[in-house]
Amino acid sequence: MKPKRRRLLFVVTGMAMLAIAVGLVLAAFEDNLVFFNSPTDVVEKKVAPNVRIRLGGLVEQDSVLKMGTTTTFRVTDTRHSVAVRYTGLLPDLFREGQGVVTEGRLGEDGVFLASTVLAKHDENYMPPEVADALKKSGHWMGEAAK
Amino acid sequence: MIPELGHFSVILALVVAIVQGTFPLVGTSRRVPSWTAVAQPAALAQAALLAFSFACLTYVYVTSDFSVLNVWQNSHTEKPLLYKISGVWGNHEGSLLLWVLILALFGAAVAGFGRNIPPVLRARVIAVQGLVAVGFLGLLVFMSNPFERVVPAPLEGNGLNPLLQDPGLAFHPPFLYLGYVGFSIAFSFAIAALIDGRVDAAWARWVRPWTLAAWTFLTIGIALGSWWAYYELGWGGWWFWDPVENASFMPWLAGTALLHSAIVVERRDTLKAWTVLLAILTFSLSLLGTFIVRSGVLNSVHAFATDPSRGVFILAFLVIAIGGALTLYASRAAKLAPGGLFAPISREGTLVLNNLLLMAATGTVLLGTMYPLFLDAVTGEKVTVGPPFFNSTFAPLMAPLVILMTIGPMLPWKRGDLSGALARLKFAALLAAITAALTLYVTAGIPPLAVGGIALGTWVVGGALADVAERWGVGRVQWRDVVARAVNTPRAALGAAIAHAGVGVLILGITGSLAWETERLEAMKPGQSVEFAGYTAVFDGARPARGPNYDAIRGTFRIYQDNALIAVMEPETRRFANPPMATTEAAIRPRFGGDIYIAMGESTGDGGFAARLYRKPMIHWIWSGALIMVLGGLLSLSDRRHRVGAPARRAAAAALAPAE
Repeated sequence: MKPKRRRLLFVVTGMAMLAIAVGLVLAAFEDNLVFFNSPTDVVEKKVAPNVRIRLGGLVEQDSVLKMGTTTTFRVTDTRHSVAVRYTGLLPDLFREGQGVVTEGRLGEDGVFLASTVLAKHDENYMPPEVADALKKSGHWMGEAAK
Repeated sequence: MIPELGHFSVILALVVAIVQGTFPLVGTSRRVPSWTAVAQPAALAQAALLAFSFACLTYVYVTSDFSVLNVWQNSHTEKPLLYKISGVWGNHEGSLLLWVLILALFGAAVAGFGRNIPPVLRARVIAVQGLVAVGFLGLLVFMSNPFERVVPAPLEGNGLNPLLQDPGLAFHPPFLYLGYVGFSIAFSFAIAALIDGRVDAAWARWVRPWTLAAWTFLTIGIALGSWWAYYELGWGGWWFWDPVENASFMPWLAGTALLHSAIVVERRDTLKAWTVLLAILTFSLSLLGTFIVRSGVLNSVHAFATDPSRGVFILAFLVIAIGGALTLYASRAAKLAPGGLFAPISREGTLVLNNLLLMAATGTVLLGTMYPLFLDAVTGEKVTVGPPFFNSTFAPLMAPLVILMTIGPMLPWKRGDLSGALARLKFAALLAAITAALTLYVTAGIPPLAVGGIALGTWVVGGALADVAERWGVGRVQWRDVVARAVNTPRAALGAAIAHAGVGVLILGITGSLAWETERLEAMKPGQSVEFAGYTAVFDGARPARGPNYDAIRGTFRIYQDNALIAVMEPETRRFANPPMATTEAAIRPRFGGDIYIAMGESTGDGGFAARLYRKPMIHWIWSGALIMVLGGLLSLSDRRHRVGAPARRAAAAALAPAE
C-alpha cells in the first residue's frame, strides 16, 4: 500500500469511528434526555403520559400516605400539585414541606409513577430546579426559605 | 500567627510561581543561561512554600482553631482526628491548596530528579508547570483564602458533611488530585516540545513514567470513590454516571489513550503530533473536571463553591490555558517531523485504533456531561442525561476496544500477521467460549448481553495469560529456560499484561454483579422474615443507638442459610447534628457467593421499617480489577526503563545535538 493510501485509510477509519459515535449519541439522546417539569408544567403543558420526565417541587403538607413499601404523596409548586406513587426506600430527608425531585412517568390516570425520588441529604438544601420552579410560581421566599 | 504564616507563604508561592513561569521561558529562547537556571530553585522553593502552608492549615484544623473561617465552617471539636485532617481538603479552599501543592510537588520532582532531561527542555517544562500554578494560586490568593479569620472567634465549628466522614473518602481526593495534576507534567512536556519544535523517542520516554504514575493514582482515586459510593450512599450502586464521576473518568480515558500512544512515539518515532495533542487534551479534561466540580454549576457532595465569581475565574483560566495550548499546537504541530507510516495490521495499528475508540468514548461522555449545562445556558430548559445514555453509547465503543486489547500485544511492531496472532489466542478464545457456555448452562434465561460480557472479560484475562505465556515460551522451550525467561521479562511488559488482566476482571465484575444480583424490597415488622437468594432474613426490630457524633436507629437482621445462622446484620439510619444531616448506613457482609447488602429506610408508621435486601455476587471483582490495574501500573513503573534516570546515554547524546 502506498503511504498516501495508508494515510487515507487511517483518516477514513477515524471518520467512521466518529460517525459511529455520533450515531450512538443521537440514538441514545432520543430516548434518554429527561426533561424537568414543575407541577404547573405538567398540568398546563399537558405532558404526555409514559414519557420519562423529572417532576420537582415541594412535598405537599398532609399528603404523604405509606402503605408498606409504597408511598403516595403530592408534589406541589403551590399553584398546582400532582399525585405521585413510589415503591421503594425514601431518601433520608424526605419530609412534608421539603423540596423533592422525582423521576418517572405520568400514568394514564394522571398519577405520576416515580422510579426514583431524590431529596438531598442536607436539610437546608433546595434542588435548584425546584427553587426555579417556585420562583416562577411566585412563591419563592428568597433566602429565608433556604 | 500560624494561619498568617500559612497565608503569607501562599502569597510568596504565587510570586515565586510568576518568576518560575516567565524567566526560564525567556531565558531559554533568548539564551540567557542565568535566567534559565532560575527554573529549578524556583520549582523547589514553590513546593517548599506550599508544603509549609499546607502544614499550617493542617495544624489549625487539628487544633480546631475556629478563628479561621474555613475551620469554623468545616470542622468540629467532636470530630475524630482522621476527619479533622481529611477536613483540610473536604472543602473548596483547602482542596484547592492541596491541588496546587501537588502541582508544585510534581514540578519539584522534575527539578529534583529529571537530571537526564536536556536542560533547555527541563527548564521549559518547569516554566509551564509554573504558569499553570500561577492560575490556581491566583484563585487561591484572591478568591479562596483558606486562612481567612473570623472576629470574634466562634466557640464551636459547623462540622463536616457526614457523608464525607469516612475512611475511604478521606483518601479519595488526594489520590484523585495526584492523578489529575500528574497529567500536568505530560501537558508541560507537550508545550515545551511545541516551543522546541521537536518530539522524539527520548521525549516519549520521559513523558511515559509521569503519565503512568498519574494514571495509576487516578485509577486508585476513582476506585476509592466508587467503593465509597457503594457502601456509604446506601443505594447499592457503585457508578452512577454522575457529572462529577464523569469529570474524573474523562481524564482517565484520555490518559489511557495517551499512555498507549506514547509507546508508539517511543518505539516507532511516529504519531507525534497526535500524542502531543492527547497530552494537551488529557490535562484540559482534568482542568474541565475541576471547573465542573468547583464552579457550582452542579450540585453534589463535591460542589463546595457556590460563589459565581470563582466559576468565572476558573472558566477564564480554562479558556486561556486550553485555548493557548491549542493555539500553540495549531501553529507548531505541522513542524513536528512526521514519522513513518505503518501497516494497519501491526502493534502500532491496533494502538491507533485503541486511541480512536478511547477518544470517541471520551467524546460521548463529554457530550452527555456537558449537554445539560449547555441546554440550560442556551434555552433555560432543565434536562438530565441519565445512565441509560452513557450505557448505550459507552458500551458499544468499549466492546471492540476490549477485543482489540488482547490481539494488539500479540502483534509485532511494523508488520503483523493477524492469523498468527489469533492462533496464539486460541487458548483465550476457547476459555471465553467455555465460560460463556457455562454461564448459559448455570443461569437459564440470562440476557445475551451478560453472556457477551462474561465472554469478553474471560477473553481479556485469557489473552493476558497467553501474552505472558508467550513471553516465557511456555510449551515451546524447556522448563528451565521458561524460568530464565520469566526472570528476565521486562517488568513493564509484565505490568502491562497484569493491567490488561485487571480490565478483564473488572468487566467480569460489572457483568456478573448486574446479571446475578438479587434484590428484595420489603416493609418488615419485628419478627417478620423474608426469603431472598437462598437466604432467610429475620427482622428483630430497630432501636435507637448513639454514635460519637450522631444518633441512629439501628435495625437488627438475622440471616439464615439452610436453617443455620450465618450473620447478624445491623443497618442504620444516622442523624447528625453538626451539620444537620441524615445518612443511610447499609450493612454489608461479604460472602463467598457475593455480598449481602441491607439498607433500612424509615419507619412505615405502623412499627415496621422498609428494607432493601440484596445479594450482589462478584461485586468485589470490580474493585479487585481496579486494584490489579494499579498493581500492573506500579510494576511497570518499577521497570528500569521507566526510571527517569534510565535513558541517560541517549539524553546525553540528544543534549549534544544542536537545538533547532
